Amino acid sequence: MKITQNDVEYVARLARLHISDEQKEKLTRDMAAIIEFADKLSEIDTTGVIPEAHAIPVQNVFREDSVKQSYSRDDILSNAPEKQAGCFCVPKIVE
Amino acid sequence: MDLNKLTATEIAAKIKSKEVSAVEVAKDTISRALKVNAKINAYITICEDVAVEQALLIDEKIADGETLSSLAGVPYALKDNICTKDILTTCGSKMLYNFKPPYNAFVSEKLQEAGGVLIGKLNMDEFAMGSSNETSYFGTVKNPHNRKCVPGGSSGGSGAAVAADTAYFTLGSDTGGSVRLPASFCGAVGLKPTYGMVSRFGLVAFASSLDQIGPVTKDAVDCANVMNIISGYDNMDSTSLNVARPDYTKALVADVKGIKIALPKEYFIGADSSVVQKIMDAVRLLESMGAIVEEISIPATDYALAAYYIISSAEASSNLARYDGVKYGYRAKDYSDITDMYFKTRGEGFGDEVKRRIMIGTYALSSGYYDAYYKKAQQVRTLIKQGFNEVFEKYDIIASPVYPTTAFKIGEKADDPVKMYTGDICTVSANIAGIPAISLPCGADGNNMPIGLQLMAKAFGEPTLLQAAYTYQTATDFHKQEASGI
Repeated sequence: MKITQNDVEYVARLARLHISDEQKEKLTRDMAAIIEFADKLSEIDTTGVIPEAHAIPVQNVFREDSVKQSYSRDDILSNAPEKQAGCFCVPKIVE
Repeated sequence: MDLNKLTATEIAAKIKSKEVSAVEVAKDTISRALKVNAKINAYITICEDVAVEQALLIDEKIADGETLSSLAGVPYALKDNICTKDILTTCGSKMLYNFKPPYNAFVSEKLQEAGGVLIGKLNMDEFAMGSSNETSYFGTVKNPHNRKCVPGGSSGGSGAAVAADTAYFTLGSDTGGSVRLPASFCGAVGLKPTYGMVSRFGLVAFASSLDQIGPVTKDAVDCANVMNIISGYDNMDSTSLNVARPDYTKALVADVKGIKIALPKEYFIGADSSVVQKIMDAVRLLESMGAIVEEISIPATDYALAAYYIISSAEASSNLARYDGVKYGYRAKDYSDITDMYFKTRGEGFGDEVKRRIMIGTYALSSGYYDAYYKKAQQVRTLIKQGFNEVFEKYDIIASPVYPTTAFKIGEKADDPVKMYTGDICTVSANIAGIPAISLPCGADGNNMPIGLQLMAKAFGEPTLLQAAYTYQTATDFHKQEASGI
């Protein structure tokens, strides 16, 4: 599957990545080369093979629904780029 | 002999017997690290005050006659994607240039409890994506054996710091070879444990089904001692395996009689003759000590690389979605609204390689392509696991090179992503299958650049690997080769 600049723009929108016009050209070439490399996967016969997400089988790990000590609000806000009144500050989302 | 040339186990013994104080060793390591760092850039952060404070505590406990762990007082460093409470943790990225975690990773906590002395945080490829430590926002790491060469990646700082004797041991993370490759290029021992044996809590995620933290050490003995401390069940990591861990030092026995070693021919294709020579020398040595060596074929190897880059990129695109400038890290300065803030923050905060991988991953998971790429790669994953299972029914160890060449020159592969990726052929399969793998020094090429021998075993086979490594190191001294480039 050949990657076009349109594909790159579409994927960049999905990934919320701003790509400059200069970067777009190189990225399109790089992605085309990488996807061509990955197309090798289509050669191998995987009929009937169950796809696996994990190397070692894992089960869902649950815990009791009980309240435990967590981190303080100050700790969690300590890295905030912008904070106010104990909250993270972001641009207005809802008008 | 200079203190910094000793192994972690050796310096720990000297500290315990009070021949030297933990504070003296810490200050010696710090001053060497500061001096050498200008040349190799292995450290992003050196935390002198924390180190001396921790060392003082150890000296006090020794004076009080307390029983301490096998590595108490030993200076170590951590790859900068491992969270350390209140200490800068950048992942080699502008995106986390000012991030100080409010908590310790499981391994950070364990090493602190064991009385280790944290010297600092190590440079790495950005978000662990890379094989040469050339993609870090904080600059390239130089190989202490030759500063024109890469140290390997993505845990380049972890490999370089040990090789340069600016830490007695380090921790790195390995997703597709990122502990084993720097160990190979820098002449150290690097272990990727069985998936689930070392908690990922506090390891900044790259590809969650592949990531594992592993030690980089001067020899197999140190590797076993570090594993005893960092390996353990953690209920904060839902992929942590709730199984008993052995005392890894019990595996340090010089005996390989009857051990069956397989040499898969696919791992040797395209390898430099100097690399193949040293791997074969190593394998023949083990054979002379009683191991049985046979050539085999693992056909699924051909597809492992493609499967790895699809799976790891897909998981990375999901894991890195959290970097949006809202709660921590970099936030763009000029934006028109929230969506623009996301676009600009991520466009400015991530480097080129990270963006490439996020794009590949997003593409592979997107509607219309999911089946052809991601699902297909997961099926190939199953085939790779089955391939290994079949081999381990008859053999104990798989031996191969870690990489087709020794450390390449800085800049040599940086412009060609596919060229950079194809070198990972020997290492990615172990991550895909979740099996343990170790890299140990087995010689050098004509330019004195180290070569790593990779040994892989079935799941939970770390003792088998450590025993073979230890045996090999009683008969050789490649792991003692000094870094002559600094």
